[in-house]
Amino acid sequence: MLHRRALLRGAGSALLAGAAVGQARAAPSERITLPFGNGERPLVAYPGKRPLIQMTSRPPQLETPFSVFDEGTITANDAFFVRYHLAGLPNEIDPDAFRLEIKGKVEKPLSLSLGDLKALEPVEIVAVNQCSGNSRGFFEPRVAGGQLANGAMGCARWKGVPLKTVLDRAGVKAGARQVMFEGLDGPVLEKTPDFAKALDLDHARDGEVMLAYAMNGEDLPFLNGFPLRLVVPGYYGTYWLKHLNAITVLDTTFENFWMKPAYRIPDNACGCTEPGKTPTATVPINRFTIRSFITNLTDGATVAAGAETPLRGIAFDGGYGLTEVLVSGDDGRSWSTARLGRDEGRYAFRGWETSLRLPAGEHRLRVRAVNRIGQSQPLEPLWNPAGYLRNVVETTRVTAG
Amino acid sequence: MTSSTPTTRSAGRIARTGLAALTLLLVSACYDAAEAGPVTYELPEDTAKLRPGPGVEIAESHCLTCHSPDYIAMQPPKKGHAFWTAEVTKMIKVYGAPIGEADAKAIADYLAASY
Repeated sequence: MLHRRALLRGAGSALLAGAAVGQARAAPSERITLPFGNGERPLVAYPGKRPLIQMTSRPPQLETPFSVFDEGTITANDAFFVRYHLAGLPNEIDPDAFRLEIKGKVEKPLSLSLGDLKALEPVEIVAVNQCSGNSRGFFEPRVAGGQLANGAMGCARWKGVPLKTVLDRAGVKAGARQVMFEGLDGPVLEKTPDFAKALDLDHARDGEVMLAYAMNGEDLPFLNGFPLRLVVPGYYGTYWLKHLNAITVLDTTFENFWMKPAYRIPDNACGCTEPGKTPTATVPINRFTIRSFITNLTDGATVAAGAETPLRGIAFDGGYGLTEVLVSGDDGRSWSTARLGRDEGRYAFRGWETSLRLPAGEHRLRVRAVNRIGQSQPLEPLWNPAGYLRNVVETTRVTAG
Repeated sequence: MTSSTPTTRSAGRIARTGLAALTLLLVSACYDAAEAGPVTYELPEDTAKLRPGPGVEIAESHCLTCHSPDYIAMQPPKKGHAFWTAEVTKMIKVYGAPIGEADAKAIADYLAASY
């Protein structure tokens, strides 16, 4: 028990404190019903997490209750969503023994400790992480997969070192094409393809892709990839490898199950197909579609007729930069511009606020964001077979009375 | 991680981590004290059960090896036999689930009837 106190003071404090609380608070009686068929879920407090929407317990998959997004543009660590593919999680990680291996087509393979990484010049970025399947439960016709409402997203301040720094130290050899990432977690069965993903070399070396060891000023929560994860700003969470312990530079295009056929989108401008149809060609999922949400009013809310009804929410895109958030109180017939909140960088949630005066009756409030390259959101939902990229203009029904 | 012999991999990983930690102590490697010591994490236990119905035992014996029952229960309701056959096939062909033909059919029948 040599390191007991150090453990409590450091990485483990939140985790251990959470462990005691989490076991006690995992009351199965608290439930939430997401607004689609088979949307009943228990709210469960995992160690280090507040009660979150438990989509599956093994592997752990936890969705953030949507009310959290009204707390601000940074999502708290204890509310941040959790997504694992395979149930072979480590139940113990020793940060002292942890090593990140950089290997493959490099001049000098490296084995870096956390201390080595923390000794490098750190960088910080505020960036949204969003699951590719966020909002899949709303697809119609419904599709197989994790049945999420809108809570598999979050925005945090990540701290770490640029992947480029580490790749440059290892010396990428001529002819390299991609960089492949693996984590400590794995499958239950030996035959199940281990989760691994790859980025093109130019992307991996863009200086923004980060090896993050801290999130919102603390060590990464265990279930969010402790002690090290990849941060790929503007890209879907499938690339944000958790418990990252191996980086391999390849001179080929990496095509395991998780790159192909999984996590593919239709190779066309909308990333969509006619509902029920299979795309003719696909590409790996990549940047977020642009989205916006009202966070202070929930569907079915009642507001005062004729009074100023404050509206606020969040918006984000794939990193091009938001230019405008528009709000409609009449189901999209007329729109007004909302005030944008503080700019935390082009990969962050952007807060917005405005107000509307609604006459007595029922109203459909809608919100729509626009970015620098002119991307916006469709008024009607688009469809694809995997249930990715959802970014319809959201509708919040309210009654003014 | 790409190499491991045990069918269930967690034990192997922990053993390796423990050995690495010991080696580290022996060579007196020293880091920020705040980082010292392993961090453990205990997941809450599964509480959900598969719905009763003909074939539930076969489904339990195969499906629950790798995932909890809620993975099934959350899927869209009443998707029918083709949907569930495709899911069972994916578990076998993609994820390597060792399920024979007869059991695969029984599981798909059970899922289509119960979910």
